[in-house]
Amino acid sequence: MDWASFWLTIHLAALVTILLIIAGLPLAYWIAYSRWRWKFIVESMVAMPIVLPPTVLGFYVLLALGSRSPLGRWWQAMTGHTLAFTFTGLVIGSMLYSLPFAVQPFAAAFSQVDPRLLAASATLGASRFTTFFRVVLPLSTSGVLTGVALSFAHTMGEFGVVLMVGGNIPHVTRTVSIDIYDQVQALNYAAANQTALVLLAFSFVSLCLVYGVNRKRWAWPWR
Amino acid sequence: MISPIERHIARTAAPVQGAGLLSVRIRKRIFEEPGFVLDVDVALAPGFSIVFGPSGAGKTTLLNAIAGLAKPDLGVIAVGGTIFFDSERGIQMPVEQRRVGYVLQDLALFPHMTAAKNVQYALGGLPRKERERQTVAILESFRISHLGARKPAEISGGERQRVALARALVTAPRVLLLDEPLAGLDAATKSKIVADLRVWNREHHIPVVYVTHNRDEVFALGERVIVLENGGIAAQGTPHEVMTAPRQEMVAQLAGFENIFEATVEAADEGRGTMTCRLAGSPVELETPLVRAEVGSHLRIGIRAGDILLATAQPYRLSARNIIPGRVVSLEQRDVIVSAKVDCGVEMEVQLTLAARDALALQPGGEVWLVLKTHSCHLMVG
Repeated sequence: MDWASFWLTIHLAALVTILLIIAGLPLAYWIAYSRWRWKFIVESMVAMPIVLPPTVLGFYVLLALGSRSPLGRWWQAMTGHTLAFTFTGLVIGSMLYSLPFAVQPFAAAFSQVDPRLLAASATLGASRFTTFFRVVLPLSTSGVLTGVALSFAHTMGEFGVVLMVGGNIPHVTRTVSIDIYDQVQALNYAAANQTALVLLAFSFVSLCLVYGVNRKRWAWPWR
Repeated sequence: MISPIERHIARTAAPVQGAGLLSVRIRKRIFEEPGFVLDVDVALAPGFSIVFGPSGAGKTTLLNAIAGLAKPDLGVIAVGGTIFFDSERGIQMPVEQRRVGYVLQDLALFPHMTAAKNVQYALGGLPRKERERQTVAILESFRISHLGARKPAEISGGERQRVALARALVTAPRVLLLDEPLAGLDAATKSKIVADLRVWNREHHIPVVYVTHNRDEVFALGERVIVLENGGIAAQGTPHEVMTAPRQEMVAQLAGFENIFEATVEAADEGRGTMTCRLAGSPVELETPLVRAEVGSHLRIGIRAGDILLATAQPYRLSARNIIPGRVVSLEQRDVIVSAKVDCGVEMEVQLTLAARDALALQPGGEVWLVLKTHSCHLMVG
């Protein structure tokens, strides 16, 4: 088994998950509480990666990161090299790809918080910021954990976007799923099976965490 | 009724100076209910004021406007010298700056915090020692010190109520708003909580606005009642004034008139202070107190079922001026009261005790006479 690609994947998934918590919480807060009439457009954009073939997403991310796009040119001017086929590019692509898996559970949890608690918090003199951290977030822990676990697991298992954006560079962009693909191409089924099994077990544990956390709500209602 | 000086203050657009008088003069349309307009003009002195009305009358909207959770279309809301809202001057103080104690309908205690943490929530800005001192003090004055470490789901309804009050009052708010706070509690628990709240308010002396749709609570609590009906103030005054001499029909229903009839004024006797009214669709004529109404005009008469006497033989030599023959249609026992429906040209409900029913051997179909004093007939306009 290629442990380099395994650690690379863990590294990528952890980084993407942390970035998605930072970007996803405010975005989910906005989606849960904004009354803007065009909000549905933003919600649709966030949900796009769920229905889009990863190759399509990957293709456009590749174009956007490439030296022909304004973003790619700006990055190249700043750093001297292009974003495509780099780890940073992979992080950007993965963030877009896993965005709905973080934002949707976050937003669903936030909007389930009883609005009367928010009203009570305001009458007690708390700002929105305080209300978010002392009322909304503590009452949304299972939704937030779900989002975290899902975006981590989803990033672990991505293939299409990685292939399009990152290519297959050992120690830089070769993730576990690419590794498996390579081994199958080389008819190295035993090694492919080993790696695949690790990924399978990992995904199962992640999902168990998600469902286990959510189970608590109705199994121990007094908590 | 409110005093002329208070009424004057309430009508003046200038901010009200004085001992924490809450003045509310607002209009608000509700988007979800076309046609409904909350339109109130009221000044509430420190102490208890009961806002009473059926659901949908605008009670909660009124409280939300005071708290800042709902924005009136126009008007002024002020407490003492502090202006919460003034549409003309474009003032709208944010909710979190108003220092309004608001106990919402379902209390809205934070379920993930203990009772003590709930109470401390509003004291975030204070040093820890001071925070704890104040928490201990308020928990003590509401007799819930022993519950500090428990979460809302682990304590009883009455205790939760006390925690919610303590949480709302720990910041020494300018006003206290209570939205049907004691709904679902038994009378004994209720009166103990109210007694503790009164003790607290003797010291702090702020306006307490208590919303309810329960008639018994109005009599039990009220120094002052404001009856809200369809977004407007239908009546105000002491509970006795508002509930015993109703002018509006809604008030009448709330005041417990089981019998309400359309009637026409047949004759008026200015000298004796009485009138004769005929109940619509029947030959029944009643002698009623005199009100300012033309002969031939229409009004409504409310009669409490418990104010009507029943006789099984025609009574004579009675002071009561209205003796009407009729026939028992039905008898229905409710707890220890018997409700009899009597057809006397119109159907009237009469309430009597079990003993009275048995002594008279009342049966459906039996012949009876209804006996009604002149002043048991309450006249209503509108």
